[in-house]
Amino acid sequence: MSIFLDQTTAVIVQGFTGRIGTFHAQEMIDYGTNLVGGVTPGKGGERHLERPVFNTVKDAVRDTGAVASVVFVPPPFAADAIMEAADAGIRFCVCVTDGIPAQDMMRVKRYMRRYRKEDRMTLTGPNCAGTISPGKAMMGIMPGHIYMQGNVGLIGRSGTLGYEAASQMKAMGIGISTGVGIGGDPINGSAFRDHLERFEQDPETNLVVMIGEIGGPQEAEAAAFARDHMQKPVLAYIAGLTAPRGRTMGHAGAIVTSAGESAAEKVEILRAAGVGIIVRPSEFGNAVAEALSKL
Amino acid sequence: MDIHEYQAKVLLADFGMPIARGGIAYSPEQAAYRAMELGGEKWVVKAQIHSGARGKAGGIKVCATENEVMDAANELLGRRLVTNQTGSQGKLVGRLYIEEATDIDREIYLAFVLDRSSERIMCVASSAGGMDIEEIVETDPDAIVRVPIEPAVGMQDFQAREIAFALGMDSAQIAEAVKALKACYRAFRDLDATMVEVNPLVVTTDGRIIALDAKMGFDDNALFRRPQISELRDKSQEDAREMNAADRGLSYVGLDGNIGCIINGAGLAMATMDMIKHVGGEPANFLDIGGGASPERVAKAFNLVLSDEGVDAILVNIFAGINRCDWVAEGVIQAMQKLDVPVPVVVRLSGTNVELGRQILADSDIDLITAETLAEAAEKAVSAAQLHQSASTDVKEDRI
Repeated sequence: MSIFLDQTTAVIVQGFTGRIGTFHAQEMIDYGTNLVGGVTPGKGGERHLERPVFNTVKDAVRDTGAVASVVFVPPPFAADAIMEAADAGIRFCVCVTDGIPAQDMMRVKRYMRRYRKEDRMTLTGPNCAGTISPGKAMMGIMPGHIYMQGNVGLIGRSGTLGYEAASQMKAMGIGISTGVGIGGDPINGSAFRDHLERFEQDPETNLVVMIGEIGGPQEAEAAAFARDHMQKPVLAYIAGLTAPRGRTMGHAGAIVTSAGESAAEKVEILRAAGVGIIVRPSEFGNAVAEALSKL
Repeated sequence: MDIHEYQAKVLLADFGMPIARGGIAYSPEQAAYRAMELGGEKWVVKAQIHSGARGKAGGIKVCATENEVMDAANELLGRRLVTNQTGSQGKLVGRLYIEEATDIDREIYLAFVLDRSSERIMCVASSAGGMDIEEIVETDPDAIVRVPIEPAVGMQDFQAREIAFALGMDSAQIAEAVKALKACYRAFRDLDATMVEVNPLVVTTDGRIIALDAKMGFDDNALFRRPQISELRDKSQEDAREMNAADRGLSYVGLDGNIGCIINGAGLAMATMDMIKHVGGEPANFLDIGGGASPERVAKAFNLVLSDEGVDAILVNIFAGINRCDWVAEGVIQAMQKLDVPVPVVVRLSGTNVELGRQILADSDIDLITAETLAEAAEKAVSAAQLHQSASTDVKEDRI
């Protein structure tokens, strides 16, 4: 088992025929993802990468049975694409697009609340690398070969820092059940807490690593969830110890504006909740190996 | 993106926020002329810089004659004003706002922010105006009113009334207060702001409500649909290096340390800086060159980092995902061949084709230090920086 995604999950790409969509769709196919087609409004009926192109997500879902979608639509139109996916019955959506206006995401989140919880799409991102269940399938832009299949759940905001953690673990023979990127934006589809819940229920995940950073309340909310609802051990690293207050560090959401948002404060909150702290980013592999040996 | 007080006031006034009469001035003569145009007996000369706390820093002067206005303008224009928010460099005063003086009965704190917890626009207000919000949180947290706004329907009159009554407005002022609150909300929503702060919002001695100061920040990701906001950008208020970087698609934040950082990805960049700190060094900058890490980008990054004279060593840490380490290695070599890099460079590559990339670095005749792990890279950069620093100090002493 893995969460959200395996080799049977029927995946479509929104923004399928664009340059970036095409490149990454091919990478996903090569990795073994069950990519069943894509959506580019106005190009319905054509074929691309030997797969059908549809005008709307509803058409794609009806004809292919797709349940998951990766969004590569440019920032001005991405919020619309996400809402279209939610409305068409897509269950899991990865939005890779970086640069979506924060108020657009506010409206997306509000829109998604109109569906009953059991019908509601899970959105990860925007501004994320995607989700991968190593050895099975991937949705996003990550280099699949740096991940090894295994039993550690990985949740992170950053792409390359997640790769760093995954490759440190692979070098020590430690694999990942699913790696979920939640993205670096101030308002994102889902938070650490949501995925901790999934990993807690996944029989193939034994331990969860979360990679947070400065800014926002989501690490603190995850800490409370881990303390109150999790049996499985959770390890966390928080990036941005040297980040000055009030400055945006690359990610739109990586900015300390109020109390509790700095790396040092988040580390304290997580530690107090019983989450294991990975102090140095060079210690992902060692820290996970040590925690696994105690299971 | 930030804008000036007078620009924020004009925007808010368009949505119905009452403001005092005023005008902009770029010279002492213009300042005096503005005062004459406005008439009255008392004016406030306000330095326009992108920072709060200007009053405490001497950037706001109350004047009783047109000559005093001219003197105040003479003193402020062209000066770098240092506040507790600008850093030691301060910010250049290039323009002044001349405003008619207001007789204040009471001061209120009013702000709208993007609340990440509720994922809504939230109104934050307090009857303890004049202080900044951190002070209010410390001294009188119960006095703060917080009202999240439902995005589907926007701010309702009842919400604005609740806030106004909570702020102690009397019945005669409620209608005007509701109008002012809704003006701020609509400006926030319709202009893609990330922050609107009116501090203070004042009740005048004759019972009117006026925005005495105003600050607005905007969502950079939404500027594509707000050209009228982009036009308000004042480049003199931005750090030259950071602006330069942003114009080249790089994300740069200058810091006080001596180890220059060139990294792909914001999270990995922050983590590498943390690693430098853990092994006893201090990063000179945050720099995310983006996922691609093409040779052109690497060359631009070297130029940018080297423009900081405090840099004693450079750490390049690239995780090649979709691209390949051999390609990144070629890029680093090309960049270093073209540029004269006067400080030691530590390069750490990881990811796709890492062996090949390391081989290319090892085989080149460029003088650089390679590292395999994150820890090793940080340690080597810190010791290289120390060596370089003591060597250059020796040179300076020799010259003396």
